[in-house]
Amino acid sequence: MTRQDLTKLTAIFDHYPTDAGSLIGVLQDIQREFHYLPREAMTKTAETLGVPLSKVYSVATFYNAFSLTPRGDTIVRVCKGTACHIKGADLLLDQLESGLGIKPGETTEDMKYTLEVVNCVGACAMAPVMIVNNKYHGNVACNRALKLVKKD
Amino acid sequence: MRIDSIAKLSQWRQECQAKLAAQKRKVLVCLGPGCLAGGSDEILEEFKRIVAEKKLADISVEAVKKTGCHGFCARGPLVVIEPEGIFYSKVKKANVAEIVETTLEKGKLVEKLLYTDPRTDKTYTDYKEIPFYARQERISLRNVGQIDPDEIGEYVARGGYAALAKVLTEMKPQDVIDAVSQSGLRGRGGGGFPTGRKWATCAREESDIRYVLCNGDEGDPGAFMDRCIMEGDPHSVLEGMIICAYAVGSREGYVYVREEYPLAVINMQKAIDAAHECGLLGANILASGFSYDIKISRGGGAFVCGESSALMRSVAGEVGEPRAKYIRSVVKGLHDKPTVLNNVETYATVPVIMEKGADWFRSIGTEKSTGTKAFSLAGKVRNTGLIEVPMGISLREIIFDIGGGIPDGREFKAVQTGGPSGGCLPADKLDLPVDFDTLTRAGSMMGSGGMIIMDDRTCAVDVARYFLNFLVEESCGKCVPCREGLYQLHKLCVKICEGKATENDLALMERLSKVIQTASLCGLGQSGPNPFVSTVQYFRDEYLAHIRDKKCPAGVCRELITYTINDKCTGCLACIKVCPVDAITGEKKKLHVIDQEACTRCGSCYAVCNFDAVDIV
Repeated sequence: MTRQDLTKLTAIFDHYPTDAGSLIGVLQDIQREFHYLPREAMTKTAETLGVPLSKVYSVATFYNAFSLTPRGDTIVRVCKGTACHIKGADLLLDQLESGLGIKPGETTEDMKYTLEVVNCVGACAMAPVMIVNNKYHGNVACNRALKLVKKD
Repeated sequence: MRIDSIAKLSQWRQECQAKLAAQKRKVLVCLGPGCLAGGSDEILEEFKRIVAEKKLADISVEAVKKTGCHGFCARGPLVVIEPEGIFYSKVKKANVAEIVETTLEKGKLVEKLLYTDPRTDKTYTDYKEIPFYARQERISLRNVGQIDPDEIGEYVARGGYAALAKVLTEMKPQDVIDAVSQSGLRGRGGGGFPTGRKWATCAREESDIRYVLCNGDEGDPGAFMDRCIMEGDPHSVLEGMIICAYAVGSREGYVYVREEYPLAVINMQKAIDAAHECGLLGANILASGFSYDIKISRGGGAFVCGESSALMRSVAGEVGEPRAKYIRSVVKGLHDKPTVLNNVETYATVPVIMEKGADWFRSIGTEKSTGTKAFSLAGKVRNTGLIEVPMGISLREIIFDIGGGIPDGREFKAVQTGGPSGGCLPADKLDLPVDFDTLTRAGSMMGSGGMIIMDDRTCAVDVARYFLNFLVEESCGKCVPCREGLYQLHKLCVKICEGKATENDLALMERLSKVIQTASLCGLGQSGPNPFVSTVQYFRDEYLAHIRDKKCPAGVCRELITYTINDKCTGCLACIKVCPVDAITGEKKKLHVIDQEACTRCGSCYAVCNFDAVDIV
């Protein structure tokens, strides 16, 4: 980690009381800052909060919000809620998988795109929904999905 | 400004009301999840820009407001002009200048943006007359879509925090609990447990610390009521929580919000800060001597954390694994202290009950399910959106009268309620009254209020497979029946979808379901087989078609269908253009052909064809 990264990390720790109860909040802030949980950051978290590294790891792997590998510049999230499913989210995902050449959870080699599925983003009325870097796209036709991603 | 007496609160309310009354005209732009996906944030900015530029007499920039979800998502982005309630739907940024000129300046209507009911061809001006809205009764959603959620003054102007003032000055904690008990209010998160009884148990427990938590981990896929309340009217949730804290004697609490709802986190935090600043939250609320504080705890994206004991572990920074239910969380909850956990909608309802009384609340709904319930309508229904209706209304009224029926001339097949723990109800159950007990008896459940409508192009087996897959991924893994049982159930279901299963597999699934239901530790596992059990109960023929005939009657399961083009094809090239794998060949005005080897059965050609020329066999 660079000195700059360490400063960012310290700033995150300063926001929280140093006890085990802060663990999820701290990890969420690290995830938001670095877009994943760097190994060194997890070690520092364990030291700072006084919890075993194994516990940090168990929390980091239990919750969907955390990623242990670096993610791409553009995060493409396909909603797999019930409404999206019956309106063809699978077909949409197929197009993205073959178009980007990656499976959900993976990142393209050039670090440009990460593909993810989410359980339900609560925009069911616009199903099927795809979110590209926090921008919601509703009623996405499966043949338009890839174009929308590449356009952003 | 610190409000430290009831008199000051009343005075402030009058000021807020006067301020709103001075705004002769208001433009409300819906920034709910659906409208936002349609770009309503840009529409809001455009309105502000043009109104500022034109300096109109009747309307100021402050009177152009953002609101939470207005409800009629299918017609979004929505713009409402008050006081007339003029309802403009499917608004685009390019329409804004015209609305300002025609409606705000000249007082005329922009006809093309008004809503026309496709069934009656009637055009409506005032949204309150549209059948979608006219049949509703809004209690928990009373302010959602009506106020700017960032302005505490707007909540106060509409009577906000009056219930809290009444409770703190006129009622003892026990009176509050009695009123909630008498109202018959039951938990809106899905369980339907009597809220008053929960509060009474917590208050009775000997303890120095008690917690009051709010469950905003709306994990059921297909449900977005709580999201809309937290985003659109966060103060109603806070007020309900403070009243509960007073009743049970709690000094601190948390709102647990799932991480998929970033805007809900932001709006709830803004509301907490605003309430703090006014002295409505924190130490010595309204100078009553009572103190209560709320923090936000963000979830990590785990469905199981909607379960009470898992949620409390997650708040404490642990992995969200549930524990056995013989110790109830109301007795030993967060940090092993007595804890009340209610859902967002439940808290949002409480202030209204305090104000209008238990008898008033009881007069709505049915005897055992009192009041109203919010639902999100999604799936194959014309009017997708957010609604609130009195309990006891029939499924038919919700789906056909409010929901507008099934689009594209298709047939109603089933309605899925209760999320992954619920079930699918077929057409002959449409006249059932919607209340906690009736839906449970019919093999589904009320759940948190997600209602997914399915048409004849939805496969019941595929829906079961979908939910089982969801549950396999979301099972925390602590107990074997849930972790391994659901895994096997899903595997067998996939086998059916692929046409590789036998009737023995189906029998095995039914036996396995009973084991999982009986032996699992928490609600997730106990109700996990429900999507399978309810679909096999009502759609056994469809399961058998997959098994015996190797056919998917709804044309969904990919291994069992093929797409072909019949002679209705006019040779319009539309399907050739959309086919993502270039599997269709043909020339203009000549019959097109699908290469079955290359076809991935994505259905794009079927969706795009205007001539019914694509068959699914």
